[in-house]
Order: sequence, then structure tokens, then C-alpha cells
Amino acid sequence: MSELRDIAQKALEAVAAANSAAALDDVRVRYLGRKGELTGLLKGLGKLPTEERPAAGAEINKAKDSLLAAISERKASLDSAAISEQLASETIDVTLPGRNGDTGAMHPVTQVLRRMEDFFISVGYTIIEGPEIEDDYHNFEALNLPTHHPARAMHDTFYLNPELLLRTHTSPVQVRVMESQPPPIRIICPGRVYRVDPPDPSHLPMFHQVEGLVVDRDISFADLKGTVIEFLRVFFEKEDLRVRFRPSYFPFTEPSAEVDVQCVRCDGEGCRVCGHTGWLEVMGSGMVHPRVLEYSGIDSERYTGFAFGMGPDRLAMLRYNVDDLRHYLDNDLRFLQQFR
Amino acid sequence: MKFSEAWLREFVNPDLSTRELVDQLTMAGLEVDSFEPVAAEFDKVVVGEILEVNAHPDADRLVVCRVSSGPEEHQVVCGAPNARAGIRVPFALVGAVFPDLKIKKARLRGVESHGMLCSERELGLGDNHEGLMELPPDAPVGEDLRSCLGLDDSIIEVDLTPNRSDCLSMIGLARETGLINRLDVNEPARPRIEPAIEETFPVELAADAACPRFVGRVIRNINQQARTPLWMKEKLRRAGLRSIDPVVDVTNYVMLELGQPLHAYDLEKLHGKILVRQSEAGEKLTLLDGNQIETLDKTLLITDDSGPIGLAGVMGGLSTSVTENTRHIFLEGAFFDPTAIAGRARSYGMSTDAAHRFERGVDWRVQVHAIERATELLTEIAAGEPGPVTETVDEARLPVARVVELRASRIARVLGVQIEDAEVDEILARLAFPATTLDEEGEHKWLVSAPSHRFDIAIEADLVEEISRIYGYNRLPTRTPAARLPMVPRSESEISLNRIKDQLVSRGYFEAVTYSFVDAAMQSVLDPENEPIGLTNPLSAEMSVMRTTIWAGLLKSLIYNLNRQQNRVRLFETGLCFFQRSNRKHLGFDDIRQVRKLAGIACGPRQSENWSNDSEPVDFYDIKGDLESLLAMTGQSDTFDLITASHPALHPGQSAAIRKNNEVIGFSGLLDPGIQRDYGIRYPVYLFEIEIDPISHKKVAKSEAMSRFPRVRRDIAIIVDQIVTASALRQCIQAAADDTLQNLKLFDVYQGKGIDPAGKSIALGLTFQHASRTLTDDEINHSMARIVASLEAEFGASLRN
Repeated sequence: MSELRDIAQKALEAVAAANSAAALDDVRVRYLGRKGELTGLLKGLGKLPTEERPAAGAEINKAKDSLLAAISERKASLDSAAISEQLASETIDVTLPGRNGDTGAMHPVTQVLRRMEDFFISVGYTIIEGPEIEDDYHNFEALNLPTHHPARAMHDTFYLNPELLLRTHTSPVQVRVMESQPPPIRIICPGRVYRVDPPDPSHLPMFHQVEGLVVDRDISFADLKGTVIEFLRVFFEKEDLRVRFRPSYFPFTEPSAEVDVQCVRCDGEGCRVCGHTGWLEVMGSGMVHPRVLEYSGIDSERYTGFAFGMGPDRLAMLRYNVDDLRHYLDNDLRFLQQFR
Repeated sequence: MKFSEAWLREFVNPDLSTRELVDQLTMAGLEVDSFEPVAAEFDKVVVGEILEVNAHPDADRLVVCRVSSGPEEHQVVCGAPNARAGIRVPFALVGAVFPDLKIKKARLRGVESHGMLCSERELGLGDNHEGLMELPPDAPVGEDLRSCLGLDDSIIEVDLTPNRSDCLSMIGLARETGLINRLDVNEPARPRIEPAIEETFPVELAADAACPRFVGRVIRNINQQARTPLWMKEKLRRAGLRSIDPVVDVTNYVMLELGQPLHAYDLEKLHGKILVRQSEAGEKLTLLDGNQIETLDKTLLITDDSGPIGLAGVMGGLSTSVTENTRHIFLEGAFFDPTAIAGRARSYGMSTDAAHRFERGVDWRVQVHAIERATELLTEIAAGEPGPVTETVDEARLPVARVVELRASRIARVLGVQIEDAEVDEILARLAFPATTLDEEGEHKWLVSAPSHRFDIAIEADLVEEISRIYGYNRLPTRTPAARLPMVPRSESEISLNRIKDQLVSRGYFEAVTYSFVDAAMQSVLDPENEPIGLTNPLSAEMSVMRTTIWAGLLKSLIYNLNRQQNRVRLFETGLCFFQRSNRKHLGFDDIRQVRKLAGIACGPRQSENWSNDSEPVDFYDIKGDLESLLAMTGQSDTFDLITASHPALHPGQSAAIRKNNEVIGFSGLLDPGIQRDYGIRYPVYLFEIEIDPISHKKVAKSEAMSRFPRVRRDIAIIVDQIVTASALRQCIQAAADDTLQNLKLFDVYQGKGIDPAGKSIALGLTFQHASRTLTDDEINHSMARIVASLEAEFGASLRN
């Protein structure tokens, strides 16, 4: 049986030495194939005396089993080495930048506009846009601003001819809506407006306005206050934001109010942004003037309404820490990229 | 309006700090723009008199003064050019403290100096630092300068809204301050100056309601050389007015005090009588400021027998103006109706304090009082012998004292709170609005008389506003409006503008905002075929016409960025473009088309610089891809196409019209290289612009069954002439194929080696599939043969081997 031991020993050594699946298979064929050495020993059992055969057979089978186990183990180890090698060869630098990742951004004023619109849409307002070239009637006359009204001086107007102008506010959209639709009305009118003001850090000849209008039975100043305060608190994400209403004058509303919020930069402590007053003027508002309702054919005894108007350019300045309005029109990519 | 706080406190003196007073005015609707102390913080500065001036032994520019501070004399070295014996000047004693200076004994070039003589600037009183501030010769030597000049005062500037013309005077501001603080106003007694002479000057009114009251008075033998007293000068100065001479100063002072603009004529320069009338066009008048004007139609004029002598309510004329040599005057205090004055000053390019007040409304009952007050002040300052006050009045055309009805129910309805009747009574009383109450049809009402100085009280809403203002806006309740909230119908076939913008943003574009008015030259280069609508009053030539294309603005922004070392720019913008519908000379609203458009610009590499990507420059197919991604959102890409079409701003070989159902809705292409060069742009620029409405509707999806049977793909390469377009090939194939052709891909275009130089090789992948069975090879071969034959027939196409 020393022959069996030799063969088994050599076979195990060959298994250990096999460096690839193919070499391992060669080993298997050499020892366990049809003409393999161990197979040969089994075949030679017949030549042994009958009484020795069982013991010899058992010995050979034992050697065969352990060889098969060794081969299987070796195979597993070779496979795993191969996978490791493949994985190693396929390793990449995941920190390199990805492809085609260029994403642009919405203009900051648009972002603020959208935010405002979303709040109002969520409580049932409709967004309405209107023409930017307007006629004198809709921009002024129907808003209780007859020719030569001193308040017209507050609207330095671009004219195209004596009757046509670039709208100085988005209020004419309200007039157009009231002319064409009976109450109840709840609308938001965003858009570009124009005033003759050379560009400087706090003025632009073209800027944006969002105007809101609600006309219904029993709409009161209390509703105006509630709406405006609620909006400003959600807009600035500050539940206890202080808001105050200051008497003012607009020809198209009465009573009229300027709305101030506690300075969002210094929390009302007083800083450069709020001119050390602790307050920021953020919108104009008021109860729709009965004459404006009548102009558009709405019975001012049956219906009342409120309106408010605010400047998203300025709100975007406060919200995004922009220090110069002119950035909005330069479209400098270094600026726009900050609003991704 | 600017005013001295101390002056206001002469009328009503609430126990408030300046800051509190200012906040109170702002919260009452009289917005305070600014307030500042009239002088710097300092002490130990007195009125000094220079007794003697001697040369400094060692310095040419310095002098040595002997200065009296009343009890003592001091030696002071001084460098002011106007230092001379006899003048009284501010004198800071040794030990005086300024915000950043302490006065000590000093030696200047070897000469001892005890104190400092001051300029306006050193005292924070003004900008003048040319020399010493000269005080009036009667300023009491040794008196503390702060009390002598009343320097413990602030200048307050209120930005009054146009409805509050009543507050364009001290008396108006005092009434308002009084009513807020529940304090009485010390209105000075109304003087009645007895005439010393009998003389009057005739006045005739011929302007109906435009001028129903004209109060006048002759005053003879005025001493124009008299000095306006310091207190008056200071009040005028703190209101922003310069002291001129006694007559002008007094008329200005009364205007500030009572709100009534006055005018003084040189009596000796008046001819015949004064006639107030409307102008005819083309009358000539030289104004006080030397400006010559030619009147427009319907301007209210003051005239005498010589012709126009003043623009009523705006500015007097030069020919009858008061000068330093004037001895006799005729004072005018008139009431002009706001509508007669409104806009007139502006139409002559002017703005004056008088016009500002008249066009907003001046108390129509104050004229006599104003003339008496002016007479009182003037005779005190500059002597003179007044004649009797003459009042020319057309009673029937004076404004009517309005009585306005105020319903308790209306207050509750508009304000959302029932204010107690007693509180309304109290507020009306504080406002000094005389009111009576009545109960009618179960309704409590007030009948309120509007005072003559409150032009803004005409209808009930005006009273509701006053009630709420005095009640306090911030005391009024707050409520979230309750609303019937029907769901707002929203069409699923609508693509929101936000969705379109988001798509471009995710494809790497930044949203831009550019001016709607653009450079006329650039506009005509980019869109010569549309005559733009011009502004009559543009800010500059670069902002003079309304855009017909957004490209003008985007191109400008591109250049801005390229000039700042950006090499890859992707911008888009949405907004209106403006077109004339007709060539009418005088455009009406309906002659203008305002079209919503979307435009984009792309310049620089396809991808931003990267370790692996291609660094090829952007080309037509990149922006076409961006456009197609928008069109695909409509779910009906097949209704859109891009066809070869020329555009004046685009390269003739790389320009396409974008069409929807064969109607042009936009353009896309390469900026014409000539234009590119003219604007100094180094890289090719691709542009697109498309109307928004046609791409804002999508097909609501309708799912179809998907075939369970295998697809078969056949690829062919054909050689065709270079001019054959992909869309022509596609149309030809689709016409030749039956509906088993499910998909057609054009996956390669090749020109070059092995191909006829006039031709190109196009590789096509055709996918066939049947809805309900497996297609046989024969069937597919048959389809392919038909397609190839058709391509051959239409384009002379040959199969490439």
C-alpha cells in the first residue's frame, strides 16, 4: 500500500501546486480520470486476493475522497482569487467628477416669485398675468388716478405715446380681471413693471411686482391684516415675525397701509439694512377704493375687497442677502450659480 | 417737508423725545424720512466779538485776535480769512468739548491762543469751512451759542403722501401732533393789522372756480435793507429755505407756518389792475427765475394791463418782482383750485413749493389770515404802512363745505370690528371734524363736515380711513379670511411655464432676466424686419426700444460674462416681446401684440471642462436637443419640426425655423459670424427663440396595448446626395413602410474616404414588429425591398456595401 500512499501524497501536492482552474483539472484527470493513477489502483483491486480487497478498496476510496475534497477546496480558493483579481483590476477612482452634471438655476427673483405664488395658490388664489404695455386708462384712470393727480408723480412713467405706457405697477391686471369677472375674486398678479429710474443699488427702471386682490362679500381690513401677516410669517419662515401696519395713501385703496416687518437681518435690533429703525417696509396694501370697484362695474355696497402689492426683487434681496439690485439684470454666472 | 422740531413744539409740546415724536408721526401716516440734530454736540461756545486783529509775527496765514467773551478778553490765534475787528462769531472757550476735539490753551507758532473761533462746519451747522461763521451784529456777546441760535433742535423731514396737503405747514403738523397726543394746539392769536393808509389795488377774477378768492394788500415804505431776525432765518434755514430779504422771507415764513403760499409784487411795477384768467396758447412770460416761457392753452395766469405777470400758483413773473430796491409792495394771498394748478408746473418743467401746495389743496379759508400774519411780521421787521385788506371773492364758486355721511355699519363692514359710537365721537372731535349724529332706518350715522383744510375728506371711505387711522391700525382685529374653497379646475393638458423652465435648468441653463427695452441698433441687427416700438422718454439709447426678440438681452449678458472670463455660457429667458400689428402712426392698445417667448443662448464647450468628456464646442444639434426635450414634453413631437429657413441674425447654412403644424413659432441656429465678429465675440454662439403658448399644451396620455411578439431590426447604409435631408429620408421611408415599422433610427452619418465627395452615407436602423403575430423573414425582406426601392426612386440612393 506504499504505492497508494505515494500516489495520494503526490496528488495532494499537485493539487496544492495547481495555479489555475485548468491545471487543477489536469490534476484531477491525472489521478481520477478514466486512466488516472488512483482509478488505476481501483482497477487493480481485482488482482488482489479476495480477502484483502475490501480493506484495500476502502483505503483507495478514502484517498480518492480526500483528493476530491482537496481539489474542490483548491478550486474554491482559485475562484475566489480570480474574482478578487478581476475586482482589483476593475477598481476605479470614484472621486473623479461624474459626466454631464451641469445643472443651471432659476433666477433668484423667479425663485421668490414661485415661493410667493405657491403660498397663495395653496389657499385658493389664481395667478393672472397681463400686458406690460398698458393704456393710460387701466394703469391710472381706472385706479382713481386721473390725469394730473399728484400721486402720478410717484409713478415716473415710460411712455410710448400719450395713451400707451409701460405699466408702472401690476394693478392694471386687477382692473382687467374685475372688468371681466364678477366676484368672488382672489388673484395674484406677478410681473414686470417699469419706472423711469436710472439703475443704482436700490433702483431699477424695470423690476417685479406681485399684486394680490380679494373681492367678495364682507371682506374687511381684518382679512387684509390676517392674510398679509400670515403670508409674511410663512415667507420669512418665522412664526413670531413682528408685522406692523402704517397709515399711508394710495389712490386705489382706502384705508391704505404700508406694511413693515421686523428687520430680518437684525431681528429688529437696528442695522444698516433697516436704516437702524428695526423695521423694513415690504408692501403697500389697503381696502379697494369704492371708486375703483365702481369703475370696473362692481357694486361697492355689495362687495368689498382688499389689495396688496409687494416687490419680489426686494424680498429676494432680504432673503438671499443680495446687496445691489443691479445684480439681477447683469446675469453674471458667478451670481446666478449661487442660486442653484 | 422739512421743519424744525422746536418750531413745532412752539405750537404743541408733547412730552416725548425726538425719536418718540418721529415714530409717532410715522405711525400716524406722516412718514418721517430722516431727522438730525441741527448742530453737533458741543458746549462752552459763546458769542464772541473780535475786538482787534493783528498780524502773527511768525506766520503769514495766521492772525492774532483779541476777542471779547463778554466778561473777559482773550487772545486767540486764528487762520480764517474773514477774521476782522467788529464781527461777532462763535467762540469756543478753553475747556469747550466737541465730538472729536477738546479746546485747550495752546501756542501756535510761538503765540499763545486761548480758545477757538469757529466755522459753520466745525459746529456741525453746515458745510461752510471757508471762514468764520458770522453772527448778526446784535447777537449778545457772551451768550451761550446753543441758546442764542436755538441749537438744541432737530430737523425733521416728513415724506407726505399727496392726500395730506394740510400737513405742508407747521399749523397742520401741529394739529396732527395735537390730535395724536390729545393736546390742544397753541394757535397764535389771529392778528388784525389796522390800515395806516387807504390805498388798495384793483383785482378782477375771470377764471371762475379756478380762482374764486384773491386777497390783497398794499404796503408802502418798506425797508428792504432791514435784517431778517435770526430766529426767522434759522426757522427758514431748518426748513431748507435760504434767507433773501425781508419780503421774501416773510412770505416764505407764512407759507411754512400756515400753508398758504403768498406772492409780493413791486407795486410800482404793476400796471392798471390785476386780472386772473386762463391763458391762450403762446402768451409770453418771463418768470422770477429768468426762465422765459410761452404758455400752453389753459394755464391760469395773473395778468395786469401789461400782460401776464405770473403763472398762478406756480411762480411770479420777473417784470413785477420784488428786489432789494423795492419800497412799496402789493401782497397776494389767493385760493387756486387744485385742478387748476395740478400738473401745470410739471408741464413747464418746473416744480415750486407754491405749486406743490396748491395742486394738493390749500385751506380755502386761510387767505385773509395769511395776509394779516404777513403784514404783522413784515411791519415788525421792515416797517411799512399797510393799506386795508381787500378780498375779491366769487362766493358761489368757492369750494363747498362738504358734509359726508358716515354709517356705523360701514365702519364695521370695512374694518371688521364694531367701533363704539362713543369712540367714533371722540375721534371725530379730536380731528376737529364737526359732526351731528342721527339714527335712520335702524342705522346709526354721523353727518360730518370736512374742515376747509382737509381736501382729502370727500366720501365715506375717507372718514372710515380717518377713524381707522386714529383708532390705530395695529389695534384693529386680524382674521384669516374664510372662503368657500372650490377646487380650482386645472387642465392636465397645460404645461406650466415653471415646468418648461425647470427642464432647461436641468439641462444646464441659467435663467436670465434682461431689460424689455433694448438698444435700437442691436435690435435692428437681430431683427431688421420688425419695426420696434420706441419709448418717448427712454433712459438712454441702449434702453430705447421695446424688444421684439429676447436675443438682444441675452447677447448682451453673454458678452458681459465672456468679458469676465467665463468660457461656457448657457442662459435662457422668458418674457414678453412687443410687436406692432399695424403701421398706424398713433398706436392704440389693440395695435400692439405682446407675445410670450422663450429664448436661449449657448456658447463655449458642450460640457464644462472635465477629465473624460469631449471638449468639443457646442453645436447646432446640442441646442436642437435642448429644444426637442421641451417639445417632447408636449407628447406630440410629431406636430413640430425644424426646417431649413433663413433668419437675418443667423448663419445662412445653420438656421432653422421651428414649426408647429407647419406654422413658424420660432427660430434656432448659429449667430451670423459677421454679427458675432462685430460684437467682438470669440466663439460661435447658438441661439433659439420660440413662442411659449404653442409649446404649453400636451396630449393627455392614452395607453395602447404593447405587442407580445418579437421585434426584428434591420440595419442598412445608403449613399445619397449631400443635400438630401434626414427629414426627407424619414418621410420617404415612412411613406413606403406599412405599420409594422415600429421605429426608425438614424444612427450614423459619414462623409469622407470611400464616399463620393458630393454624397454621404447614412446608416439607418429599422425595427419591425406586428401587433398580433410573429413576422416572417419574407415579410420583412419584402418591406425592406419596398423601402430601398422607394429611396432609390426618390433620392437615387444606393445601398452601401
